[in-house]
Amino acid sequence: MFALEVLPNLFGGGGDSISNILSILFYVVFIVFLFYGQRIQMYVMIREVEGSLYKLKYIKEEGRKTTIETIKEIGKPQTDPTARVDRYLEYFTISPQSMDPAGIVYKLDHILDVRDTRLKDEVKIMAPESDEVQINNLENTLEAAMALNFIYKVVRHYYIQGKKTLSLYIIMQLQMILPLVMKEAEAYASALKAFAYGQPIGDGAGPLVAARLMHGYETRKLPKDCIVATVPIQGRTAFIIKAEGPGGNVGKPGEAVKAVVDENKGKIATVIMIDAGLKLEGETVGEVAEGIGAAIGGPGVDQFKIEEAVVKYKIPINAVVVKEDIGDAVSPMRKEISDSADKVIERVKNVIVERTKEGDKLIIVGVGNSIGIGQ
Amino acid sequence: MSENSSSTTKISTYLMMIVLIVLALSIVALLLSVNAFIVGNVIVAGYLLVIGFIAMGLSVYVMFQSRKRAASMRIEAPKVMTTIECKKCNFKNVREFQRGDFVFKDLDPCQKCNEKMIITAIYKEVKEKDKTYGV
Repeated sequence: MFALEVLPNLFGGGGDSISNILSILFYVVFIVFLFYGQRIQMYVMIREVEGSLYKLKYIKEEGRKTTIETIKEIGKPQTDPTARVDRYLEYFTISPQSMDPAGIVYKLDHILDVRDTRLKDEVKIMAPESDEVQINNLENTLEAAMALNFIYKVVRHYYIQGKKTLSLYIIMQLQMILPLVMKEAEAYASALKAFAYGQPIGDGAGPLVAARLMHGYETRKLPKDCIVATVPIQGRTAFIIKAEGPGGNVGKPGEAVKAVVDENKGKIATVIMIDAGLKLEGETVGEVAEGIGAAIGGPGVDQFKIEEAVVKYKIPINAVVVKEDIGDAVSPMRKEISDSADKVIERVKNVIVERTKEGDKLIIVGVGNSIGIGQ
Repeated sequence: MSENSSSTTKISTYLMMIVLIVLALSIVALLLSVNAFIVGNVIVAGYLLVIGFIAMGLSVYVMFQSRKRAASMRIEAPKVMTTIECKKCNFKNVREFQRGDFVFKDLDPCQKCNEKMIITAIYKEVKEKDKTYGV
């Protein structure tokens, strides 16, 4: 009763029971927020992370389901591949020790080769009826499912750790990066479908341009999983390189470029690399940009090898990129990206005319995944 | 497994039960408010009316939010199109993607000139609202 009489007067007003109750309520809320504000904020964040974690779990399970169904449909295995897929989703790769970084590129290259061979062998066992193209597509599907599984597990790890320790900072860090993590997971989810059906993806912008340039010309194989065609362009001889399609495959453009440079004893006027480039927010999908350097992503092994080959013979290296975001890069190719191939070809021809002389030899590399793109 | 994934997309039964109870109570509050108004107790009727509307608004909001979350879980496969062209007579045909299609795949002869047709493009069309953000 004392509180009812005294508290409202602190605000200099009131008198009736309603304003008394409201005043007390205000005090209670004020005191609760004063002592438990951070905790309430943390619970709100935990709820938010929990919601995203449910979505990640759903995406991951859908990915696993799609992978198993595709293996059953294409590979027609005698036994159920579920257990093997589950085992493979937990597969990991240990990167080489970098305390002494000399020679690390070749160590990493070797480990990636072993991983790729192992994955292909597993797919062959799981899907015995599938051909080479389908094996590549299934390998990509499995890799996307593995990535989704990994993302889910990492987010779940920090979520549980944050809940266990009730540490605002663990939860806050997770909540802050969550929109980007979710974007990546959704991109992988749509990639899974594209890989399962063998549809070209946004990352295939480079191989698409290379395929258009080399279509109708004889091709030959290069190490590893790459092909090359000798094409006359603007009075010059262009060696067009791309990963062999239409199976899901990025090849090893580093080794392919090195092989062509060595075959020609370094007498190459320029190297032009075409790749999908990550766009910044505000930039348009399918926008074409030009620059200098080895336009190639991935772990860096191929970029290192290309740079090594061009530096050895002092060959100028140019890059043309098609702008797209991470979601576009791994999901079915957007029309804007497909349409940009003509613009890229024009740019490449400009570079050839401006940077080389008639009769010169040059290399054009279409970097990216060749899934759904023949030659 | 499918049970597991469908449980993720479903709205929680517990939440749904609470929403329905609050909704029922809000309707009761509104009915009581009408009754109080008829009796002549205008202040009580007013309070009950406010409480009823707030409770009803909240329960409907929570229900819609949960449905929205469940809907956002689904991954929609985009419609992918295949462009087929005849290099000789430039006859062009666009159809839905079929498994096995790939760019530069040779297909059946052209209906017009009997030359082999090829797939020239495979793409998805994305209709998105362009937000300019004024910069």
